[in-house]
Amino acid sequence: MTATSPPAVLRVTAAALVDATRRRGFWTRTVAAVLIVATVVAYLIFRTDGAADSDDAAAFRFFDSVRDWVDANRDTSPFFLYGVNYVRLGVRLLVDAVQAVLLGLGFAGLVAAVSAIGLVFAGWRTGLLAFGGFLAFGVLGLWEQSVDTLVLTVSAVLLSVLIGVPLGVLAARVRWVGATLRPVLDVMQIMPTFAYLAPMTLLFLIGEPAAVIATMIYAVPATIRITALGISEVPPTAVEAATALGSTRWQLLSKVRLPMARTTIVLAVNQTIMLALSMVVITALIDAPGLGQNIVNALQRVNVGAAFDAGVAIVILAVVLDRITTNAARRTRVHQNRRRRAIVAGGAIVAVIAAALITINPDRLPGYTFAEPVNDLVGWIELHWYDVTEGLKNGISAGILDPLETVLVTTPWWLFVLVVAAFGTLVSGWRAAGLAALAAAGIAGLGLWQHSMQTLATVLVAIALTMVIGVATGAFCARHDRLATAIRPVLDAAQTMPSFVYLLPAVALFGASRFTAIVAAVIFAVPPVVRLVERGLRDVPATVVEAATSAGSTPRQLLWKVQLPMARGGLLLAANQGIVMVLAMVVVGGLVGAGALGYDVVAGFSQRELFGEGLAAGLAIVLLGILLDRLTQGFHDSKGPRR
Amino acid sequence: MRSMRAAAAAALIVSLTACGGATSGAGEDEPSSGAKGTVNLAINPWVGYEANAAVIAYLLEKKMGYTVEKKELKEEIAWQGFETGEVDAIVENWGHPDLKKTYIEDKKVAVEVGPTGNQGVIGWYVPEWMTQQYPDITDYKSLNKYANLFKTSESKGKGQFLAGDPSFVTNDEALVTNLKLNYTVVYSGSEAAIIKAAQQATAQKKPLLFYFYEPQWLFAQEKYVRVKLPAYSEGCDADLKKVACDYPDYVLDKIASKKFADTGGAAYQFIKNFTWTNDDQNLVSDYLTNQGMSADQAAEKWVNEHEATWKPWIPA
Repeated sequence: MTATSPPAVLRVTAAALVDATRRRGFWTRTVAAVLIVATVVAYLIFRTDGAADSDDAAAFRFFDSVRDWVDANRDTSPFFLYGVNYVRLGVRLLVDAVQAVLLGLGFAGLVAAVSAIGLVFAGWRTGLLAFGGFLAFGVLGLWEQSVDTLVLTVSAVLLSVLIGVPLGVLAARVRWVGATLRPVLDVMQIMPTFAYLAPMTLLFLIGEPAAVIATMIYAVPATIRITALGISEVPPTAVEAATALGSTRWQLLSKVRLPMARTTIVLAVNQTIMLALSMVVITALIDAPGLGQNIVNALQRVNVGAAFDAGVAIVILAVVLDRITTNAARRTRVHQNRRRRAIVAGGAIVAVIAAALITINPDRLPGYTFAEPVNDLVGWIELHWYDVTEGLKNGISAGILDPLETVLVTTPWWLFVLVVAAFGTLVSGWRAAGLAALAAAGIAGLGLWQHSMQTLATVLVAIALTMVIGVATGAFCARHDRLATAIRPVLDAAQTMPSFVYLLPAVALFGASRFTAIVAAVIFAVPPVVRLVERGLRDVPATVVEAATSAGSTPRQLLWKVQLPMARGGLLLAANQGIVMVLAMVVVGGLVGAGALGYDVVAGFSQRELFGEGLAAGLAIVLLGILLDRLTQGFHDSKGPRR
Repeated sequence: MRSMRAAAAAALIVSLTACGGATSGAGEDEPSSGAKGTVNLAINPWVGYEANAAVIAYLLEKKMGYTVEKKELKEEIAWQGFETGEVDAIVENWGHPDLKKTYIEDKKVAVEVGPTGNQGVIGWYVPEWMTQQYPDITDYKSLNKYANLFKTSESKGKGQFLAGDPSFVTNDEALVTNLKLNYTVVYSGSEAAIIKAAQQATAQKKPLLFYFYEPQWLFAQEKYVRVKLPAYSEGCDADLKKVACDYPDYVLDKIASKKFADTGGAAYQFIKNFTWTNDDQNLVSDYLTNQGMSADQAAEKWVNEHEATWKPWIPA
């Protein structure tokens, strides 16, 4: 055998692969072309004048009447007296208890406690990081707010673990529970955070309990999913061995399955914490205390610098909590010297108690704030880049966004539903298409057609920009290892920032407009897209790349003809992830002049007479999310590398 | 303090189970009964409101020994706080007859605490330079003629009318429809965003038609002219969807929760006594916005210079 023969073999397989794809692609392409022509013709014949939404649709009146009923019966109906109000009271007690513990420790005590937890569970490096991080809250002058945010996050995570872990175990062990939970979790995960603030205040009023419950709803799907994964990955041999030794079912669970899934469960907690932290900040809109209040405040004053400090504090909190849990998960794998660990833990407890007795006023720490330099920079950009930012905004708005919006808005709803169903079937199979079409019909039924289509247009433009930037950066990172290493911490930090922090720089640069929401959405969604694209490209087998290179491909050909097509699965997954994130962000853009559904939601929880419309808009957002997710997820599943 | 509260709440849950059901406000902080408690002030999102709250909070804390919790809340959400006990007082309320009916008359969880002394004006404004170039622009009837001037990327081919925070008191969309104006209402999202746009409109001579109000510190620095809408008459804004008249003049007032009124003692009496002028408020707003002072610094400066004004507020 000569050295050249393996690539030759590969070249043949590659050619065969391409050929097969082509043959399959031919029919799809013909059908797609016919469908496109049909759509265009139907649109030209049936297009409407895109009438504005009525502000008195049946759905709005229905939600208004629900609100009125709740208001009238909050303190009389048994549903509230024995149900909802107890939930609120229970959560209130939990928050108070957590708060009593954290505040009881005092500044020095809490810093010591977190450092000790880091030291004992995750090693001295993490302990040191935790120590520095928590001190920084004091230096930034944000100690109280940071602790408030921590209290809410811890409460929500405790609730999520309490509810999520048992459900996760059930979902893994009892088939029908798993099957019922899956679609529910799907919907919960694509529901933009913004959409359920209003229903929360309706049931639980404003304040910490409503905030904790909203956060829990956002975070618990991750707990359930990852726990279920961990339990189902326990090797059957271990279970069989234990059964053979005569273990009862309960022993199997508590002595074999749970301990063996421990690492995964700690990871579940890690993910839950990250999600909870980003949601807790948004609940400032319904009177949750903490860093979110600083950001809301900065947003109202268009004070980027003030928000920057709060943003830094959130990132620090996220990094500390993330490192502690990730490293703790890693450590559960290695066997440790128990005696040594006990000594360290004992020492740490003594140190924490000693520190708790010291009173240090965090206000006395030397302070530092980023507000001034950041505001100076923003001011300079506003002054000198005005023409560029204005031109960019107007160009994209008039050139792309407006025409797309016009087409979508003037499409009659039934045509849109048909098109979704037809193209959905083509790319994702009839099941996903059916669900997507139902969602589209539901949006029409809510009486918010025009606003939904405007939001959709903004989402589409934002996702297009996100994919262009994300794929380009991802491809670049996949080829330059050093760049990839340099960029990774930036991506990490970007992903821990709660979505709404990104509104601020966007508002400062582009004023109040839809384009502002697009910019914020792109910043928010690009990091995960870069990651998925990079991983997809790096997963392309080295042998294939070698084969293409030895066949004389230029680097450009290699990228376009080999790497990108073979990484299609990763790219489509990235598109799916990106689109859900973009939708969430575009909606939050309602706070800064992006209009449409996002504005309806904001107005709904700030103006009494618009409550029903706001709730309907929240529902329309969820339906839009399901529609987009089903179409792209189906895409990924049916054409991904699995086949 | 906190653990005592937790214990009290635990006792509460037991007693509630005994007598059946929990009400919606169960387990919340009791308002500041007794001498030195906590006062929960809502902070609505505009700087004039903050000026009131800054001075009130400063005096409550520094001169009367209370603790003040400030809560960033939009107007209607702050009213909801009366029901749950999260909010004790709103210290600059703009009308809101519908909320007064719901929370004061029907639910009886809030009470009126009298005027703040500030006169509120809401209207449509243009920068002064526009009135020199287009003298008839201050009449709403000629707005359609100039709609082209106000076009932006967001106004869908019509003129742009720039509004503020969606939670503010507005009839703008109804006015545009009912006066048959060729304009689109665009929400900037905040007071700060309107002010920024207004300053740009003056500095760079860009056309701008916008929602604005007094008391407002910006009027002391730059001139803006109000557009004349059909005059306000009693009841012309009764049906919010059919409004075709200008905004009324507002007597800004204070609202407190019923619980706070009953048990707030000196703190409640102090808020009741609080009253000052538009100039006072504008001065503090200016400290807050343009002199880079924090709420406490601004209040301290004003308090030091205006002892005669605030002395009578403090109950004997």
